[in-house]
Amino acid sequence: MKKRFTWSKALIYIVLSVAAVISLLPLYWVFSTSLQLSSYQDEELDRPTSYVNANPPKMYPIGITEYVEHWKKANDAKKAGDIKEEAYHRDIMDQIIADTFSSFKALFQQNKMGLWFLNSLYIGIVVTIGILLLDSMAGYVLAKKRFPGRNFIFWLIISTMMIPSQVTLVPMFIMVRDLNLMDTHWALILPDLSMVFGVFLMRQFMLSIPDELIEAAKIDGASEWKTYWKIVIPLAKPGLAALGIFTFMNVWNSFLWPIIVLNNSDLFTLPVGLKTLQDANLADFKLLMSGAAIAAIPMIIVFILFQRHFVKGLTLGGVKE
Amino acid sequence: MLELSLVLKNAGKSLKKTGKQMRKNYAAYLFLLPKLILFTLFIAIPVVWAFVLSFQEYRITEANLFAGLDNYKQVFESEAFRKALINTTIYTVVTVPFNVITALIAASFIHTLGRFAQNFFRAAFYLPTVTSMVIIAMVWRWMYNYEFGLFNHVVGWFGMEKINWLGQTDSALSAIIIMQMLIPFGVGIILYMASMSSISDSLYEAATIDGANAFQKWFKITVPMLTPSTIYLTLLSTIGSFQVFTQIILMTGGGPGYATETLVHLIYKTGFRDFEFGLAAAQSVVLFFIIFVISVLQYRVLNRKG
Repeated sequence: MKKRFTWSKALIYIVLSVAAVISLLPLYWVFSTSLQLSSYQDEELDRPTSYVNANPPKMYPIGITEYVEHWKKANDAKKAGDIKEEAYHRDIMDQIIADTFSSFKALFQQNKMGLWFLNSLYIGIVVTIGILLLDSMAGYVLAKKRFPGRNFIFWLIISTMMIPSQVTLVPMFIMVRDLNLMDTHWALILPDLSMVFGVFLMRQFMLSIPDELIEAAKIDGASEWKTYWKIVIPLAKPGLAALGIFTFMNVWNSFLWPIIVLNNSDLFTLPVGLKTLQDANLADFKLLMSGAAIAAIPMIIVFILFQRHFVKGLTLGGVKE
Repeated sequence: MLELSLVLKNAGKSLKKTGKQMRKNYAAYLFLLPKLILFTLFIAIPVVWAFVLSFQEYRITEANLFAGLDNYKQVFESEAFRKALINTTIYTVVTVPFNVITALIAASFIHTLGRFAQNFFRAAFYLPTVTSMVIIAMVWRWMYNYEFGLFNHVVGWFGMEKINWLGQTDSALSAIIIMQMLIPFGVGIILYMASMSSISDSLYEAATIDGANAFQKWFKITVPMLTPSTIYLTLLSTIGSFQVFTQIILMTGGGPGYATETLVHLIYKTGFRDFEFGLAAAQSVVLFFIIFVISVLQYRVLNRKG
């Protein structure tokens, strides 16, 4: 009995591990390709000019082993007192480093990667703060106040969550054009701020706040705003954290609408920048993967730091009620 | 007459009452106001406008003329739309059940493990969901590359000819579908795991006493108890699947020919490359109804099963 149990467990681990490798391989391949040696050629050895296109493929950035190899040789030469030989290897080591990171350098110097990154960050932060404030206010009154029209408003908001966002693309385009907001960050920020998912999420979360606390604040003579700010917001922090992370992620990864309204490359967000980068460098995969890596890193860090908030946000907006 | 005046009197009373309540609750309306303004401007008006536009002849240079059902006629008569509808449907019918079922199996496996292993696998399967589809599409385009891509190396190991994955009519759609199948459905795994931990242990204990084996317990208790999650996830991923766009524009551009044309990509092309706003609006209204009808049908079918 015990043995069979162990075997089934081993099988589960094997299946899940294979699936995890399949899941993570593309991301790994982004980073591996982005750091692959591309133009450096070791004259002593007959090797291809670009390891990115090597056959069979190099499964890790080959600069790592090359660097260690030359570092060892340089040390040996140093011990032997051969200054010329040592300098030769040190020089190659510098070349390897430069080659490994060459595409990142090109992205920041010849392309506007730094600017795109800052644009994405700026829009992400502005929208996230705005959404947290607007949606928690709306969610609070929808959950805790009784007033005429409450159910109608809630129903209205919920029903539009079912409408695919592409339906509004054309009218929004005409509207943004007529408001002279084309090619501005407002064209991204304002529609993002009007998203209603957060209202629903915050309402669900606020329902669990005990009415007694709000009543007590009222009896103590606190104004509506003070009650919201001092009592409700602190209690809603876990919900706010989840909503904030999801909002930032959605804005950071947003693609369809930004490629429609942005034309000026100074205003691009990262996804838009990546598309134009690919349109202009169809086959330079080291460059493309470096751009992808830069766009991926912040979300990976956010995810690792706030994993439990992701879980919370998904379960809150999902099955319950 | 008496009745009528009574009704009117009552109506007047309740109107007055409503007015009073509204004044009493002015703070609540103030709290809602900013969101309601944005919602009206950027969601409510555009949704209504989209329906209006779909009956108009609206090109970027021309005035908007009433066009009746011309746009809709054009939508249903066009080869591109027919292909886009077929492709999107095939894509959805293959990927959605596969992804939901594999998410259920993966979650069931992960659920049996210890805490550390649970966190590890959950993270491993959710990470691709966190990364932008733009990035995923770019790296898959690289892996599908004819000359140097990872997949054609693997194909080479088996002694087969290289495949022009994205470049030929008969494999492009399959390549897009395979890609979607191999990206784990991270949201599904996390939701299933959360729902599983809330199933009462007593059910399993009772089944154990009745002599059920692990598979029977899973199939007869876990799966039925997860029906609400399954409905939600199937709806969610079907809706998402009908909106597939990013992979298409970055990997194939809908081609070769119309081999990978999808509904949203077609809307994008019609609206923002050809600037045929009326036609694009009609296409998006049709998309809305397709999604609406499918959602309702799925909900009813899955609900009945449970």
